[in-house]
Amino acid sequence: MDKYLEMIRIRFLMMLAYRTNYYTGILIYSINIGAYYFLWNAIYGGKSDIEGLTAVQMTTYVAVAWMARAFYFNNIDREMAMEIKEGKVAVELIRPYSYLGMKTMQGLGEGIFRLFFFSMPGMIIVAFIFPMEFSADGLTWLLFAVSIFLSFLINTQLNLLTGITTFFLYNNAGLIRAKRVIIDLFSGLLLPISFFPGWAQGVMQYLPFQGISYIPSMIFTGSFSMEEAYSGLLMQFVWVIVLCLPIQVLWVIAKKQLIIQGG
Amino acid sequence: MFYVTIFFQYVAQYMKTRLEYRADLLVEIFSDLLFQVVNLIFILVVFGHTEFLNGWSREEIIFIYGFFLVPYALFSSFFNIWDFNERYIVKGELDRILTRPIHSLFQIILERMELESLFGVVTGIAIMFYAGGELGLGIRWFDPFLFIVLVLGGVFVYAGIFIMIACISFWADARTSIMPMMYNIGNYGRYPVDIYNQAIRFVLTWILPFAFVGVYPAAYFLGREEWFGYSFLTPVIGAVFFGLSVFLWNEGVKRYRGAGN
Repeated sequence: MDKYLEMIRIRFLMMLAYRTNYYTGILIYSINIGAYYFLWNAIYGGKSDIEGLTAVQMTTYVAVAWMARAFYFNNIDREMAMEIKEGKVAVELIRPYSYLGMKTMQGLGEGIFRLFFFSMPGMIIVAFIFPMEFSADGLTWLLFAVSIFLSFLINTQLNLLTGITTFFLYNNAGLIRAKRVIIDLFSGLLLPISFFPGWAQGVMQYLPFQGISYIPSMIFTGSFSMEEAYSGLLMQFVWVIVLCLPIQVLWVIAKKQLIIQGG
Repeated sequence: MFYVTIFFQYVAQYMKTRLEYRADLLVEIFSDLLFQVVNLIFILVVFGHTEFLNGWSREEIIFIYGFFLVPYALFSSFFNIWDFNERYIVKGELDRILTRPIHSLFQIILERMELESLFGVVTGIAIMFYAGGELGLGIRWFDPFLFIVLVLGGVFVYAGIFIMIACISFWADARTSIMPMMYNIGNYGRYPVDIYNQAIRFVLTWILPFAFVGVYPAAYFLGREEWFGYSFLTPVIGAVFFGLSVFLWNEGVKRYRGAGN
């Protein structure tokens, strides 16, 4: 366990060294939030609420969805693809730790860093610019914290899965990009799942994506009842467990058919 | 003439390298397409909840998006200078570029083209035909020519802005993250500018004129006469920004001293 904690720490420190890159990152996210803010305001027009979300809740939703993305988002799929292509993965495999575990921990180190240096200051900044409301209820914050941690796990698992496919596809840059676009849409980052037509919601219920952005954001804006929040968390948790299976299976197959060129 | 021949030679070379890895090419085109579909889905879902966006109907917004895709596709096929700083300044690659017999900017455009992005032109035109059909828009004989002029105006607006940002590297060699920021700001131009507040509208019209890539020129084809003035300004703004950027580029190249050995 110690070594994994160390990996989180090292990654955190690594990110800290390049922290100036993040100031512009916050600006970029604020620009995105701004674009959606104006767009949603125009969409709301005079309406007081759409699908149970008021305009202010919607702004909060957009802001928290983007800022939470900074926490759960990572590029470990791309890093894995790189290491596999360059053959570095061979050395990683003989080291005394689980390769996938190590990648997850690195992602977590990155996530924790961005939580403190990106999401939190970013959220404070955008809260000054755009009208938002925050829950005063401690329980909501606690549920939100649990929920974004589960978001991180689900997103990371999907990244691991995409990363592992490099073993079979050799070049999966396109797949990685496609995955990102799909997650942006189906996770509820761009718009809440409840805005989709009924049939689409029905389909998405059976997919893991809404556990990434929709559930934590809805909890944060207070748009979920307690009951919905708990069942949302349960759904996230179930997906975390379920996703372990394909990862393990693919990982075992991948290791068997691994070919390292050069070294 | 020399430039034209060399351009087509580069295109031919590019096709050869890309067609070598066809599967890769297909996946890339597919993921571009997916991205455009996601944006369309966004518009469709949003209009499931409202009839008008500040007076613009769903088909009009889709039309604007379709128009935006055309100049954007041309821009991303030929002006991949977002990593100019790392690739050419920091690594000193510009030294090599300057020894070539053609203009340095043109040389970079040739080297960095990504023709598969051109597929966006097809998607964009298809979307415009769909939306235009729904709106009952007709095509007059001069519309195709105006379309080309307005699209080129949009391309030059985009190119001008990004070349100018690339030029910053000639004066300050620190890595900047302005490029990705610009891509995000560019997205503002996809929607009618009148949904934004005065300040943003001003910026999108005169300072970072991304509105001239999407809504302003598209307004002409939509017959929105209140915007016609801006529509016809598109080629002017494009020429001004592109001209300025080339001027800055030439000045920058004069100042360039290389990055070491």
